[in-house]
Amino acid sequence: MSGRRIVASPGAWLVWGAVVFFFVNLAGVIGSVVVSSFGTRWFDTWLPEGGWTTKWYSQAWDEFTLLPVLTVTLEVSLLVVGVSVLIGVPAAYVLARRSFPGRRLLYLLFLLPILMPPITYGIPLATVLYKYGFAGNLSGVVLANLVPSVPFVILTMTPFIEQIDPAIERAARMCGAGTTQVFLRILAPLLVPGILAASILVLVRTVGMFELTFLTAGPDSQTLVVALYYSMSAAGIRAQQSVDAMAVMYTSMMLVLLVVALRFVNPTQLVARVKEDVSE
Amino acid sequence: MSRVSLRHRLAERGIDRNLLLLLPAAVFVLTLFIYPFFYGVGLSFQPKRGGPLGAYREFFTDAYLRDTVWTTLRLSLPAALLNVLASVPIALRMRGRFRGRRLVTTILVVPITLGTVLTAQGLLNFLGPTGWFNRILMSVRIVDTPVSLTHNYWGVFLSLVITGFPFAFLLVLSYLSGIDPTLERAAATLGAGRWQRFRRITLPLLAPGLATTFCLTFVLAFSVFPSAVLVGDPSGTTRVISIAAYDAAYVKYDYALASAVAVVMGVVELVVIATVLGGRSLLYTGSTSGGKG
Repeated sequence: MSGRRIVASPGAWLVWGAVVFFFVNLAGVIGSVVVSSFGTRWFDTWLPEGGWTTKWYSQAWDEFTLLPVLTVTLEVSLLVVGVSVLIGVPAAYVLARRSFPGRRLLYLLFLLPILMPPITYGIPLATVLYKYGFAGNLSGVVLANLVPSVPFVILTMTPFIEQIDPAIERAARMCGAGTTQVFLRILAPLLVPGILAASILVLVRTVGMFELTFLTAGPDSQTLVVALYYSMSAAGIRAQQSVDAMAVMYTSMMLVLLVVALRFVNPTQLVARVKEDVSE
Repeated sequence: MSRVSLRHRLAERGIDRNLLLLLPAAVFVLTLFIYPFFYGVGLSFQPKRGGPLGAYREFFTDAYLRDTVWTTLRLSLPAALLNVLASVPIALRMRGRFRGRRLVTTILVVPITLGTVLTAQGLLNFLGPTGWFNRILMSVRIVDTPVSLTHNYWGVFLSLVITGFPFAFLLVLSYLSGIDPTLERAAATLGAGRWQRFRRITLPLLAPGLATTFCLTFVLAFSVFPSAVLVGDPSGTTRVISIAAYDAAYVKYDYALASAVAVVMGVVELVVIATVLGGRSLLYTGSTSGGKG
């Protein structure tokens, strides 16, 4: 620690300057929405005039009928999380433990929905869902959101299961446990942290997923992002501030989820296992 | 007896009843991803007029539709490139341990969760003609009239940077942390300077990771939709291909054309990804940790 230099090289100043510039602008982007949502009037000044108010929040709550929208958001996300964990975890287990013909092909199949942009498969998917009468209501939104979520659970859970020692399962089998028992009494307790992390990430993704929900939602099955989009693209009819208030509610919801998520997952470990530099 | 031996033979190749656990997921992907995909492809060859290739002909002859490919690439390629290139020097500074590292990464994750819709709203307020950004520029006399940064190309570009950069940074940082630092120290003891160490050791090991990061960031940027409508100029300079697809499906109700646009979009994206990943296979692949001894 004694060797820490106070005077940094020009390169370091440049890099830190760029980071600070990015953060300042990010703060400006978020801050201007927050300030605007609490201001009475804000036209051509640094800060809003006429004092601070919370009336835009109650106005947004009534005008955009946020209670049903929030209920739908909650229902959709919980259903998506539940179903994708139920479908994804067993599949991840087999992919992690077994080698069988066609394994790589199957893995690629699960990778595709994550690699393709939602709009490309969203439009054909929405057409199919409309054809069978699923789209325009809650079930269609849930089904569409499951498409990237199930592969996401599989891809995050596979490395997690790989690191559990298979000797534990073998020992259980030697003691006479069947597959169901191995799953429920051995694996499930060990998998809880991984499932929790995957669930929270799926939750964050589903609450923030715009395209798929937008393409399949009917008037009664909009989630918060989609309602926010509609209120923004119809701007001019309603006060800008109540749209801002709604955006702030959306952000704070996402932030709460994010803080919870970060208690369980280290962001840099989402993509690769990070080897901390132990020698320093 | 023969049934048992068949089961044994299959089990030896790794096929047994446990594979049934895969069934729900496989059925799910087949019905909700693969089937709609081929249904869409089939639909794109059945337009109301013009024979089987009518929808594609319409797409490539109508300049208003055809140019969306170029518009999208003009936005997404530079944005993805900037995000990846800017991440490298910053990630190089931030690897290893220092105070506040977790805070910095946490703040960087925030824009990912903001999503494009909120970012669009924030950019409209912040960069607009009376927003804080233009006020600062005008009060320090850099410009006399507000810079126009919203409802044009730059608004969309900046929203892609704000949502894409943190994502690219976290990926690059994790790839960089996977490279064994002792390799660089070995090079340093052999007399390599800072630039030489980066050029000869770190960059070759990092390059495959950079290619992957570029692809994932590009996919994010390529499917830009809400911000292109909200902060962009959706009928002109930022009429991206996803807007064309949406218009065809939900404004004109021409599902054949919409499917054709979606197919073209997928093909263009896959071409870019294949080019980058094809280039990646020319680079070093393998372990990024140093050997023992």
